[in-house]
Amino acid sequence: MRAHNFPTSVRGTIYGVVLNDRGSIEAMGSALQEAPYKAPPKAPVMYIKPGNTLSASGSAVALPKGAGQVEIGAAVGLVIGAPASRLNTQNALAAVQGCVVVADLSLPHTSYYRPAIREKCFDGSCVFADTVAPLASVPNLAGLQVETFINGKQAGQWSLTELVRGAPELLQDVTEFMTLAPGDVLLLGVKWQAPAAAPGDQVAVAVPGVGRLEFSIESTTGSAA
Amino acid sequence: MKRGRIFLNGAVHEVRPAQDGHIRLADGQLLAEDQAHWLPPIEPGTIFALGLNYADHARELAFKAPETPLVFLKGPNALVGHNARTPRPAGADYMHYECELAVVIGKHAKNVRQADAYEYVAGYTVANDYAIRDYLENYYRPNLRVKNRDACTPIGPWLVDAADIPDPMNLRLCTSVNGKITQEGTTRDMVFSIPWLIEYLSAIMTLSPGDLILTGTPEGLTNVVAGDVVVTEIENVGRLVNHLADDRNYLNPAL
Repeated sequence: MRAHNFPTSVRGTIYGVVLNDRGSIEAMGSALQEAPYKAPPKAPVMYIKPGNTLSASGSAVALPKGAGQVEIGAAVGLVIGAPASRLNTQNALAAVQGCVVVADLSLPHTSYYRPAIREKCFDGSCVFADTVAPLASVPNLAGLQVETFINGKQAGQWSLTELVRGAPELLQDVTEFMTLAPGDVLLLGVKWQAPAAAPGDQVAVAVPGVGRLEFSIESTTGSAA
Repeated sequence: MKRGRIFLNGAVHEVRPAQDGHIRLADGQLLAEDQAHWLPPIEPGTIFALGLNYADHARELAFKAPETPLVFLKGPNALVGHNARTPRPAGADYMHYECELAVVIGKHAKNVRQADAYEYVAGYTVANDYAIRDYLENYYRPNLRVKNRDACTPIGPWLVDAADIPDPMNLRLCTSVNGKITQEGTTRDMVFSIPWLIEYLSAIMTLSPGDLILTGTPEGLTNVVAGDVVVTEIENVGRLVNHLADDRNYLNPAL
C-alpha cells in the first residue's frame, strides 16, 4: 500500500542509469577498458527499481540484515507524461510531465558487471519526494543542483551539468529500444560512490527548484542501531 | 484450471481452453483460438528473469554455471501475448529465442523457506525471452537493450493453476522454428530450482502477487529472422506461438 504522500502521478516502472556523470567515468578510469568490462559503455547503463522499493518521504528504510551502510543515490527523476518511443533530442522533453526528487539507495558495490539485484532492490530503497514539479516550473533542468544531507550536515552535492547524457539525450537513447509509459520515471543518474549513511541516520535530499525528501535508516530489527 | 486473456469486441475477456483449437468465453460461446487477440495471461508486477540457469546452456555460451543466480529485471513494455509479432531489427546479426517456464507468484512472500515456497506460487505459464546479442555490453549484463526491448518477451497463452502442475521441476521444454525443433530440454536441469529461487529472492525483497519469475532456458539457440514462426512449448503448461517481423513496421505489417 502506498503512503498518502507518495506522488500519484508516479504509477509505472522506475528506471535508473549509472555511469552517466563525467566524475563517475573518470573515477572508473582505465578499469572501463579492462575485464570484465573490456570497453566503455555505449548505451545508457540502465537498471530497474521494482515496485517493492518504492517508499514515500518520511519513511524509515530498513537495511538488509548485515548491511552496515547504504549509499544515498541522490537523483532527479523525470516523470513521463505521454508514451515515449523513439524520441529525438528536439521533442524528448515534450513527453515529460515533471521532475521529482528521488533517493535511490544501494548497498555499496564496486562492480557494474552483473545486475545489482541484492544491492539495489531491497524493500523501500527508492524514496520519492511528495510532489512532482511540472516541467514548465523547472526552467534550468540541465543545471539543477542535487544536495544530500546526513543528520543535518551536507554530505554531498552534485550538478546535472556533470551528466554525460542530459535529459533529452538520455530519453532519445532509452526510447530507441523501449517505450516509456505515462507514470514511468527515468532517473537521470546517480554519483559513483555516493555519500553513505548508516542505521540511525536521518537523510535528506534537496534539489532547489524541484523539491526535497527525507527519511531515516534503520537496521532490519526495526530499531535504530 | 487454465485461464487466458483476450481482446475481443472492444473489451478484455477471460477465456478457458476448449476442444479442437477453440477457446470458451464466459458465456459458453466458442471462438477459434487463432481468431482471438491474445494478451499476456496476467498483468505483471515485477518481472524477474534468470540467466545461465541451465548448465548445458551456460556451457553453450562459454560460461561456467554460476554459483549465485544471475537475476535481471524487465519492465512491462517487454511483454506481448500469444500469437503476437515481435520486432526483429533488420541490422542485427544474432537474435535468439529462449523457451522458459514462468512462475507467477500468488501471495506476498518475504523470507520464505524452500520447503514452503510452492505455497506462494499461483501458477505457471510459458515465456520466450528473446535476446539480441548484438547489443550485449558488460555493464549490468544482460543489459536492458538486450532484454527489455518492446514486445520481445512473448508470454502465455495460459496461466495454469499451480495445483495442476504437481512437479514443475520435471517438465519437458521444446522450441521449434518454422516447424523444425531446435531446442529441447527439461526443467529438471535447472541449476537453481523454483523453490530455491523463491527463497533467494524473498530473502532480498518482498515478492507480491503477479510477480513473474522467468526461470531460464536450456541449450539449443539459433538465429531467427523476420518471417520466422517460433513456437515455445512446455509440457502441460502451454504452446506459445510468436511471429518475428521487421522492426520498422511490426505494428502495421500491411505497410
